[in-house]
Amino acid sequence: MISVYHYMGVAGILFAMGTYGVLTRRNAIVIFMCVELMLNSVNLTFISLSAHLQNMDGQIFVFFIMAVAAAEAAVGLALMITFYRNRASIDVDDMNMLKW
Amino acid sequence: MEIIFFYLVAFVVVVSGLLVILCKSPINCALGLVNTFFCLAIFYVMLHAPFMAAIQIMVYAGAIMVLILFVIMLLNLGTAERKRYTQGIVWSAVASLMVLANVIFFLKRGRVTGAEGDITTFMVESVGHTELIGRTMFTEFILPFEIASILLLVAIVGAVVLAKKEV
Amino acid sequence: MYDKLWLIPFFPLLGCIINGLLGKRFIKNEKIIGAIGTGAVFLSFLVSCKYFFQLLGDSVKTHENIVASWITVGNLQIDWGFLFDPLSAIMLLVVTGVGSLIHLYSIGYMHGEEGFYRYFSYLNLFIFSMLMLVLGNNLLVMFVGWEGVGLCSYLLIGYYFEKKSAGDAAKKAFVMNRVGDFGFLLGLFVIFWTLGGKHGVWTLNFVEISENAHLLSGDMILGLGVTTVATLCFFLGATGKSAQLPLYTWLPDAMEGPTPVSALIHAATMVTAGVYMIGRMNVLFAMSPTTMAVIAMVGALTAIFAASIGFAQNDIKRVLAYSTVSQLGFMFVAMGVGAFTAGIFHLMTHAFFKACLFLGSGSVIHAMHHAMHKAHLDDDPQDMRNMGGLRKKMPITWATFGISCLAISGLPFFSGFFSKDEILWWAFASSRGSLLVWAIVVVAACMTAFYMFRCLIMTFHGEQKTNSKAKDYIHESPWTITVPLIVLAFLATVGGLVGIPHVIGKLIGDIPNKFEHFLAPVFEHSQQLYKIEAHGTASTEVSLMVLSVLIACVGIGVAYFMYKKNPELPAKFTSKFPKFHRFIYNKWYVDELYDSLFINSTKNLGTFCWKGFDVKVVDGIVNGVAKAVGGLSSVLRHTQTGLFQNYALTMVLGTVVMVAIFILN
Repeated sequence: MISVYHYMGVAGILFAMGTYGVLTRRNAIVIFMCVELMLNSVNLTFISLSAHLQNMDGQIFVFFIMAVAAAEAAVGLALMITFYRNRASIDVDDMNMLKW
Repeated sequence: MEIIFFYLVAFVVVVSGLLVILCKSPINCALGLVNTFFCLAIFYVMLHAPFMAAIQIMVYAGAIMVLILFVIMLLNLGTAERKRYTQGIVWSAVASLMVLANVIFFLKRGRVTGAEGDITTFMVESVGHTELIGRTMFTEFILPFEIASILLLVAIVGAVVLAKKEV
Repeated sequence: MYDKLWLIPFFPLLGCIINGLLGKRFIKNEKIIGAIGTGAVFLSFLVSCKYFFQLLGDSVKTHENIVASWITVGNLQIDWGFLFDPLSAIMLLVVTGVGSLIHLYSIGYMHGEEGFYRYFSYLNLFIFSMLMLVLGNNLLVMFVGWEGVGLCSYLLIGYYFEKKSAGDAAKKAFVMNRVGDFGFLLGLFVIFWTLGGKHGVWTLNFVEISENAHLLSGDMILGLGVTTVATLCFFLGATGKSAQLPLYTWLPDAMEGPTPVSALIHAATMVTAGVYMIGRMNVLFAMSPTTMAVIAMVGALTAIFAASIGFAQNDIKRVLAYSTVSQLGFMFVAMGVGAFTAGIFHLMTHAFFKACLFLGSGSVIHAMHHAMHKAHLDDDPQDMRNMGGLRKKMPITWATFGISCLAISGLPFFSGFFSKDEILWWAFASSRGSLLVWAIVVVAACMTAFYMFRCLIMTFHGEQKTNSKAKDYIHESPWTITVPLIVLAFLATVGGLVGIPHVIGKLIGDIPNKFEHFLAPVFEHSQQLYKIEAHGTASTEVSLMVLSVLIACVGIGVAYFMYKKNPELPAKFTSKFPKFHRFIYNKWYVDELYDSLFINSTKNLGTFCWKGFDVKVVDGIVNGVAKAVGGLSSVLRHTQTGLFQNYALTMVLGTVVMVAIFILN
């Protein structure tokens, strides 16, 4: 029988991988994708718990997370285009104008 | 039978996740991510949430991934990365392993408990998942729903403003 | 009956405000400003006279008039109140009378000075403060006046503030006075605290203090009687204000002010405030024989000390300044031996003849200055060595100056004779007196006669030593100057007749000592209570009188011999004892002593606080903190790489730790 722990374990692995990607990659779009990966792992957690607890609220939450993720994708990718237009690069180590 | 299927899908998920974080080309990463999304949709079906699986595919695999691929192609970033990683891989690995350790420790240790509802699997299958979601969404969560629509509107406007050329 | 007392200080205050606010822009005319200033004081004089005569015919001698409430705290009630009794009546007459004469004189003397309005405004303010001091019915109102006269003294000494020496002298006077005021305040606190704290009489009112003073008789503080401590503190205040040892040094320097100011403030009125204060609180002082002995001794030493310095000064005003210090010493001797009446009497006569002397010297300086100016010389117009033989040029000034010299020397039937003789008699015969004090004072009296006549002869007699170019420009001063001189000389002559001693009174027929009789209600009580009285036979008193007259004559004779008959003698004398002369001429090096003792150590302390403490410690701490922060941040800013992934890594680590803690718990 598959328990909620199995799903949450998978979600934990995905989350850790997303974290690693966010922390190491240079390409802003790849980082963005890693963030999506983390969001999805959280979604998985929500839905598995929703099923486990026989409660709809978790799924509603996922619904909203998807809405926010869509908004985030639109705005984030627009930001990247703007940045690329100015710097001809989307490497995050070029984004250092605010330091010191 | 079911558990074997689960492990199979889980294996695919982890492998495609590794593609996302390790591949050199952003296109490959994006493809790995799409694969992840599909696998998660399978999980949702296994969890008796077919509606969530449907919008997972529509929103993520459909809308967001298309958007990402468009941007990648627009910026022509095929092999633009000079160096894949920025900073200490070791430290990042340690950090993410600690995250994983946290999760595992939590799962090993505690029982997942909470306020139990009355939406049993039987009920979902007899009434229908979409209807249940719809009922909850348009009664209890009507206000957040409306706010989310406004959020999307703002995001559309913001994206347009940001992405358009300087006037 | 006495409810319009407030008018007396009101007029000068009004004059001060009008001249001070409107004088520069709106009135401008010297005559109007002078008239306002003089008129205000003269009006106060008239009101004072009215009340004085009313008091003469009144059987009740002490009157209080409350104008407004000032401080009300718990049981303590302090009012803006006036106390009118024989003592304040005498003081009022002296202050406003001499004050209006000097105002009149100032119109002529200050003619054409820049800041004429300012001068009169200050002078009126001074009169106002002095009247508050004299009239106040409690210690705090008196203290307001006390500080007010100190302020006006400062302002008027520094009248020629563009001169550095004048500014310095003003500051010196102010600081010295502050030292004394500190003592006054301490005394006030001691009285207030012991009377209130121990005996439940929360008061600063003079009448109530006098009534309750006997409660303090057994109290001790610091191993001394409370009254001794309090009165010594008050006496410290008096030494500051009245220029006694050791705080006298400001008074000679105060001669930097205009001469009428010296006459009014630094001879006739303000400097006698200390004497008045002791008289006002005679009950307290009478309770402490120790303090009285200290006062008598300090007074006597001041008298002889200042007189010795007066020997060698060449500046005419400085001679008079030291003479003032010396005469104030006489008054304190009187207070110290319990001769309160005699002290106040001498205060009054001294106000007459010393004001006359100062105004006379002002007249001379005015003429000299004028002449020097005309002749385009810059000789010192105050130096007596430039004078001589002015008698024919300035007859009125000479006559009045001479009369005052006779009076101050104590020749019979001039005012100074009666008052000084009374002091000498009490010093000799009082139960609080002593032979030592008497002897010192007698010598001082002899010296007084000597240096005053030295001054008179050097200025008015002998050959004229003024530069020949300026000689012909010297002439007598205008009427505004001479009229006050004549009036004051007249008073200096006859002023003593109100207080003819009993011995002489009996000799000529039954003339009572009116002055003593008038003041008796103020002093009699304490003198009887503490058995302060002068006892001795009439023959002793008469022979002492003769002795003092003889001694004065000796002083005059020596002066005459040295400066008139043998004018080369003083020079010989100084060349024979150069060190001694220099010592006296430099005022016993007291200023230098104070410089090295107090001023330099204060300066060193200040320098230490500045360079040692402020620069090193305070600035060091401030700069050190800044440097530490700067150093730390220059290290820490390397953590701010600007790479968001570094920040994200830190955040993740932090979150992991927090979640781990949460899980483990």
